[in-house]
Amino acid sequence: MTTRRKILLVTTDQQRYDTLGCNGGILARTPVVDALADGGIRYERAHPQAAVCMPSRSTILTGQHPATHGVWMNGVPLPDDAPSVAEVLRRAGYRAALVGKSHFEPYLDPFLRFPENALGRTGTTPAGGVHRGFEHLELATHGPVGPLHYARWLAEHHPESVGGFYRVLDASMRVNAEGGGDTGAPQVAVNPIERGWYHTDWVADRTIAWLDSLGSDDDWFCWMSFPDPHHPWDPPQAEVGRIDWRDVPLPAGYPQSAAERERILDAKPRHWRLWYDGALVSNYEAPAAWVPATLTTDQVREVNARNAVECELIDEALGRVLARIAERGWGDDVDVVFTTDHGELQGDFGLLFKGPYHVDALMRLPLVWRPAPSSGPVPAVVARPVGLLDLAPTFCAIAGVEQPGWMQGRPLPCDDDDAGARRFERVLTAWDSELFGVDVHLRTVTRDGWVLTAYLAGTVHDGTEGELYDLAADPLQQVNLWDDPARRAVREDLLGDLWDHQPPQRVPRLRVEAPV
Amino acid sequence: MTADRGSVRVESRIARPADEIWALVGDPTRQHEWFPGIVGCTVDGDVRTITTGAGLVLPERLLTVDRLQRRLQYRVTAPMFREHLGTIDVHDLGDGTSLVVYATDAEPAVMALVIGGAAGNALEHLRDLLEGAR
Repeated sequence: MTTRRKILLVTTDQQRYDTLGCNGGILARTPVVDALADGGIRYERAHPQAAVCMPSRSTILTGQHPATHGVWMNGVPLPDDAPSVAEVLRRAGYRAALVGKSHFEPYLDPFLRFPENALGRTGTTPAGGVHRGFEHLELATHGPVGPLHYARWLAEHHPESVGGFYRVLDASMRVNAEGGGDTGAPQVAVNPIERGWYHTDWVADRTIAWLDSLGSDDDWFCWMSFPDPHHPWDPPQAEVGRIDWRDVPLPAGYPQSAAERERILDAKPRHWRLWYDGALVSNYEAPAAWVPATLTTDQVREVNARNAVECELIDEALGRVLARIAERGWGDDVDVVFTTDHGELQGDFGLLFKGPYHVDALMRLPLVWRPAPSSGPVPAVVARPVGLLDLAPTFCAIAGVEQPGWMQGRPLPCDDDDAGARRFERVLTAWDSELFGVDVHLRTVTRDGWVLTAYLAGTVHDGTEGELYDLAADPLQQVNLWDDPARRAVREDLLGDLWDHQPPQRVPRLRVEAPV
Repeated sequence: MTADRGSVRVESRIARPADEIWALVGDPTRQHEWFPGIVGCTVDGDVRTITTGAGLVLPERLLTVDRLQRRLQYRVTAPMFREHLGTIDVHDLGDGTSLVVYATDAEPAVMALVIGGAAGNALEHLRDLLEGAR
């Protein structure tokens, strides 16, 4: 029997481009992903279409921009009947599973209205046999609280470990600002959990279990979705000693003097400095009670060290899954795609976490595609811009399935010549948030070595603000050229391009149903 | 609004007479019939107790059940709320349709969005329920 290429999509959550060795990272050792890059295609300019979880993950699944799939901010559920590449593959005969973090539907759900939350009670097979194209969903998020499978498994089998995790939300149900570790950094905690019980290894274990349930001739699409290295930074404490935070160099993007940080932030639209000073919290995803200006150099070091440990654990977990795939005899026929949903500020500009800040920290993503060895891939590096919305069409191409018309991306290019021939010229990213009277709206285009962000009118913006960065001359995006008369022509050209390529808007707009 | 107090308002226009809608939403014993995610609802005097799909038991105090204004107000008294006021109004639009408004004010603010988000979904369900029943 002839089988088709199988697909392993590996996503992490909130991982920076520069956390992988193959991308020049110097902290985390990531030999497994580095080897995939050596044998496949590494993308140097892969961007999300939204720099926050739910919209970005919905883009991966649908192959659509957030404006079109409708999940315009966290807390807006992706409709159950939204298009799904998993459903396309399922209809083509693939068996499909999602193991780990999905987050197409809000987590704060005391009414248990959303199917993915309700599934934790009923098993791993959705009602009706399929949800969003997946026949098997075994879900986790960043800790042991909530209705998902990992939380239930941990409470049942290792209840003594539940209390060791960082408490993600505070008493007011806001993202917790409490500090811990050696430096008191926010969202850092000492977690005594055994490594094998932590969610990273659990995701790998459950992925292996699902793969083991398949027949040798099955065609399959597996989305293995690690919740880390998203905060909280509370990896198993026994692993933290891998990297002594005291030895961690400060990131290049972290200006070491307060005066320098403030000078850089003051040249950006107002909400940057307002957040830094604790005067404006524009979105739910960062701790509301934390003031970035209080961040110390030691805290930056400790956060980066713990983040790197989490990246190493992911790499090793992926290695176990790939080893099992090889044992099953599938090694030559599996395409592996490794990426994440968005980045992390991780000290850049004196900031942590994420929000409406369209710079490389949040937008430049790790993306590696190792095509099935049986397809004879030629290793390459692609510098031209691509987006996460290109993943779904890529999976269709791998499977030999016609790309549905509702997908807005294109199959990823195999090299820069291919990218040039198919005119991969720009990538778009959008941010919209409206929370308790504060709204922020960004539209960004990355093209020709420039990144331009236009601001729509909002709580602290009048619609004339923007950011313009020369990525070659200013790789840290510290010099905003938006108002530079010498760059006026570039700005106007990019603005025209940005507005000419805005995606169709879903009407009516979907409602926010929860904070996250 | 304060930094930790949230106020969320959702509404739905329903093509049914106001009195018909009020007969359902104005009866505090029937909330589970039109609010997805509420699986149990009991009333003892002015104390209502609802049970959510996640198994959460929330005690509430009924504050207003005004047939003439078609207004129902209640307060969740569970400890996780420092303050809560839920207000459901049914407005007769005079053309055989009605506007149902569900306001949620709460501290902490996040809970206003959690309850208000579910309430928006509930009003959509209510509309489908009643308009589908024609």
